[in-house]
Amino acid sequence: MPPAAIAARRWRVRAPSVLPGFGLTLGFTLTYLTLIVFVPLSGLAWHSATLGWENFWSLALAPRTVQALRISFGTALIAAIVNAIFGTLVAWVLVRYRFPGRRLLDAAVDLPFALPTAVAGIALAALYAPNGWIGQPLADLGLTVAYTPVGIVVALVFVGLPFVVRTVQPVLQDLDREVEEAAATLGASRARTLRSVILPALAPALLTGFALAFARGVGEYGSVIFIAGNIPFVSEIAPLLIVIRLEEFNTAAATAIGAVMLMLSFGLLLLINLIQGWSRRRFGHG
Amino acid sequence: MDSAPRHPPSPIGEPPLTRALLIGTALAFLGLFLLLPLVAVFIEAFRLGPGAWIAAITEPDALAALRLTLLVAAIAVPLNVVFGVAAAWAIAKFEFPGKAVLITLIDLPFSVSPVISGLVYVLLFGGGGVLGPWLKAQGIEILFAVPGIVLATLFVTLPFVARELIPLMQDQGASDEEAALSLGASGWHTFRTVTLPNIRWGLLYGVLLCNARAMGEFGAVSVVSGHIRGLTNTVPLHVEILYNEYNFPAAFAVASLLAVLALVTLVLKTALEARLGSGTTPSPSVREHATAWISRSTTSAKPSTVMPPP
Repeated sequence: MPPAAIAARRWRVRAPSVLPGFGLTLGFTLTYLTLIVFVPLSGLAWHSATLGWENFWSLALAPRTVQALRISFGTALIAAIVNAIFGTLVAWVLVRYRFPGRRLLDAAVDLPFALPTAVAGIALAALYAPNGWIGQPLADLGLTVAYTPVGIVVALVFVGLPFVVRTVQPVLQDLDREVEEAAATLGASRARTLRSVILPALAPALLTGFALAFARGVGEYGSVIFIAGNIPFVSEIAPLLIVIRLEEFNTAAATAIGAVMLMLSFGLLLLINLIQGWSRRRFGHG
Repeated sequence: MDSAPRHPPSPIGEPPLTRALLIGTALAFLGLFLLLPLVAVFIEAFRLGPGAWIAAITEPDALAALRLTLLVAAIAVPLNVVFGVAAAWAIAKFEFPGKAVLITLIDLPFSVSPVISGLVYVLLFGGGGVLGPWLKAQGIEILFAVPGIVLATLFVTLPFVARELIPLMQDQGASDEEAALSLGASGWHTFRTVTLPNIRWGLLYGVLLCNARAMGEFGAVSVVSGHIRGLTNTVPLHVEILYNEYNFPAAFAVASLLAVLALVTLVLKTALEARLGSGTTPSPSVREHATAWISRSTTSAKPSTVMPPP
């Protein structure tokens, strides 16, 4: 047994166990996590602190930055709403119905997890460009998607979809159908059952999936920059503005935008955890 | 998971027309948003014929990018496997205070924008950074060089293996290991012959996802790489450069390699899920594990509260 484990036992930091390796594995985990994640992240905090309060906020609240943040959060919100609706529909169809190609479709839902974002980005840009397969017919109708905020939403729908499907799907699978039968027996219409029985049971998972898709969309970069057109104040997302500031060697501005984004994302993460804690107490699942 | 509906057609089903409409909408949505982009990659890649495709992927800069991507994945994936196994062992087999916080911290890289994951390393190792000037004096290059790319990749792929193994090992408990140890096996022997066979499919699943992300990462690597052709360009960055030069056929040809990687990943993942779903252990399927990380961030130490109910 490594000395650290003996020490750990003496300090009673953990419940007794006959298994070896606690000190070694926990020590390695903490060291690795510190080197790869904490030190770099605290570097961001340290750099923000050295900017000074006023300087930091003047950089963070510069009009172009605020607009980029607004675009990032706005488009991510819309995409997450679209995904909440269609992701639930997809999960429902995959769980409840049997049709040819269902398993293939089920596997395909994870494509956005597996496909590198840059590949998705150029594919979407080519499809929705004014001369693309989808862009052309839309252009005939007078609609433009590529190089507008709508294009950003399209890219974020792509990357966010699996989050909603994969959180709603298991809950839908575990849903006891006898409750639905009971509702039907008691005279409830199918729509009423859906509204009063099924949706409340799905709500926490749906909210979690929505929040995850939203959080992913806020930080997304690779799939967005090709289709967005990146016009300042119109279709320029916050992560891209960080890259632009770094290329201008304006580290201070990049730091300020990064810190604000990080604070907002962590706020979101906290909210997700609160929702899950609440739903676990209320429904017994997350 | 894929069992047929437990009940025959009953008042709780939808009318055939509604059903067809719902399936149709889902198919149309997935076709439009998922399959069409994938198909577009391959069609654009072969627009100029197989000769141009081969030329684009065997061009020296493309080959250099391919080599770099393979190198980065070959370093980052094993390191994160060691981390994932160590973290899962400590967290799943022992009780200690602060465990829930540790689990949340391991998931942290997933809630950070890839660009910020790159930015933090620029701040650390850049000219105006904390370590930058000192490293420069020593002649060590991290930023705009391979070490920076490896570090950024390590950051973004850190949670994958740990996230698969923690719920799986919590679910399995420590009784198998305790039995082996009581029969006189050494700790290392127990891990190799008892724990490893129990977790192998979950481990493979984590490796698969970790590798896909390591080879496909764009945002974080883009920030730290400096885009030096033939030197610090990974495959996704090479795709970007070609695309921005309006060399679309070559961009899509190189992108099609990454799309094949994604397809192989999906096929293996589906096969592994079937394996884990019908495994001898009565553990929940991988898909539930894959989503369980969401629900375990605030969890207490008790494994039973972590997993969704069976």
